[in-house]
Amino acid sequence: MTSKSKWLSAPYLFWSAVFIIIPLCMVFYYGLTDKTGAFTLDNILAITSAGHAKALRLALLLSFTSTIVCFLLAYPLAMILANMKVKRHNFIILIFILPMWMNFLLRTLAWQTLLEKNGVINHVLSFFHLPALQIINTPAAIILGMVYNFLPFMVLPLYNALAKIDPNVINAARDLGANHFYTFIRIILPLSIPGIISGITMVFIPALTTFVISSLLGGGKLLLIGDVIEQEFTRMSNWHLGSGLSMVLMIFIVINMILSAVFDKEGEGSML
Amino acid sequence: MKKYRIHHTKQIIITLALLSAVTFCGCSSTDKGINGQVIVYNWGEYIDPETIRMFEEETGIKVIYDEFETNESMYPKVESGAVAYDIACPSDYMISRMIQNGMLSELDYSKMPNVKKNIGAQYFDQSKGFDPDNKYSIPYCWGTVGILYNKTMVDEPITRWEQLWDEKYADNILMQDSVRDAFMVAEKLNGFSMNTLDPDELAIAKNSLIEQKPLIQAYVVDQVRDKMIGGEAAIGVIYSGEAIYTQRENSNLVYVIPEEGTNVWIDSWVILKNAPNKENAEKFIDFMCREDIALLNFEYITYSTPNEAARELIEEEDIKNSEIAFPDLSQYDNLETYVYLGEEGDSLYNELWKEVKAY
Repeated sequence: MTSKSKWLSAPYLFWSAVFIIIPLCMVFYYGLTDKTGAFTLDNILAITSAGHAKALRLALLLSFTSTIVCFLLAYPLAMILANMKVKRHNFIILIFILPMWMNFLLRTLAWQTLLEKNGVINHVLSFFHLPALQIINTPAAIILGMVYNFLPFMVLPLYNALAKIDPNVINAARDLGANHFYTFIRIILPLSIPGIISGITMVFIPALTTFVISSLLGGGKLLLIGDVIEQEFTRMSNWHLGSGLSMVLMIFIVINMILSAVFDKEGEGSML
Repeated sequence: MKKYRIHHTKQIIITLALLSAVTFCGCSSTDKGINGQVIVYNWGEYIDPETIRMFEEETGIKVIYDEFETNESMYPKVESGAVAYDIACPSDYMISRMIQNGMLSELDYSKMPNVKKNIGAQYFDQSKGFDPDNKYSIPYCWGTVGILYNKTMVDEPITRWEQLWDEKYADNILMQDSVRDAFMVAEKLNGFSMNTLDPDELAIAKNSLIEQKPLIQAYVVDQVRDKMIGGEAAIGVIYSGEAIYTQRENSNLVYVIPEEGTNVWIDSWVILKNAPNKENAEKFIDFMCREDIALLNFEYITYSTPNEAARELIEEEDIKNSEIAFPDLSQYDNLETYVYLGEEGDSLYNELWKEVKAY
């Protein structure tokens, strides 16, 4: 590294020190101490208590489900995009990114208004004398919110990985007698694994840790681990327990990072 | 107690913005008024912003105004001293906690002539439950917690907490998503004190809440108001201060104080122990107790004011004599005010509430 590029990285180093390293250290400090400041592992072991374990299981279940749904929706779309002409796919990608220009919380709040008993969707349904949609305050509404909010994070890395596949590789497979299905299974799918892994990470992690979606669309009746942590900080004034539980969640993040490091050695599945 | 008109969303954004502002501006000298500044920490949307502007204009003191959403989120921020607030506006039980932990500074009433002149003596008497000698707190708003129901959506008038356990109203009930208020309802239902620490009573209250959970449409804080106005639910647990506003928007809504009794709360101004601008803080509180200012605030936030002189100035007779804003508390039984339960009591309640929420 030349001395010039070292200087250029200074703002980033400063940024990560102030906003990543220091906060992380504080989380570790709070997580590993009790109110008197003495060392303890209780805050981390608290994950085994019935309520916390249930919240973690529910969060894992819902985020896993929404990751699968996102994947099933995003893969065909990414394939279509990758086969399109550049001009047209830029437009489609724009359509996908467009909602992300609006605040995440507002978008989720909008879903609440849409799904409510007297909400927009039910008004339309009742106008056509169709049965009302009653998914607000259920796990289904939370999954819908997760899929809606995190789908672009699945589409973009998949598209990126698929677009990088050399068409000649596919042509060669076809030349050698592979049919569409076989080409997909043996060529396209394996080559897109870095995108798949990175897409899964980018959907699964935020879905696992979210508290906004569950509290807005779940009516406060479904407690996810993210909600538990948020409430420890905002309502229960127990930063120690909140930090301890956050550290447990970090384990899942680390596992995910290891997975992507193993499968995505060249960083192919990056966002754009 | 609680003015939740501000949304979570907004709250989070503001908090983040403030945090970053604190981080970046910590070293630079902030823009002070000619007569210095005062830093106020109040509930979200719990004041008419116009009164702050008027204060700044009249006194030349710059007001730095910050908002919190719950007593519980306010406390650690004040305790940690991350921002040196001068004034806060906590509720009864939180004030007693702050007194016990020596976080408040004694008030000098001689510097605040409007206080004793305008604030009703009975509110000071009521405050003695958490501030025995009235040394630390000056009532700002008060009210009750009750049931708001939509008369077009229920078969009979709702008068008791018990009816929140009626299966007829399944998926039509909104409960408060805060530990003390939720437990208060279940404790009053079972005839217990809302400050009980008896493990058996608490277990019964917890089981009542778990039993009620399938009937609940949602546990909400600030959204009760909007959902009730929109006819989303038939019954909601709400603070009296929100009731007047909701009725203005939807005339089918009725507010009742349940027969089993409920919580009477007071939010009061306090000056913090290490307030850097104590004199300005006194001026601010005195200003807020002036009758015309208190009237502006009452009309803006519709929470009951303990300021008798301001109440006299209310022009609408039905508001001035409103049973919701100014109920005659002597005709109700079993009214109580929260007291601070101690650290262990708090975490006991929190644990039980988490069990209810995770059930």
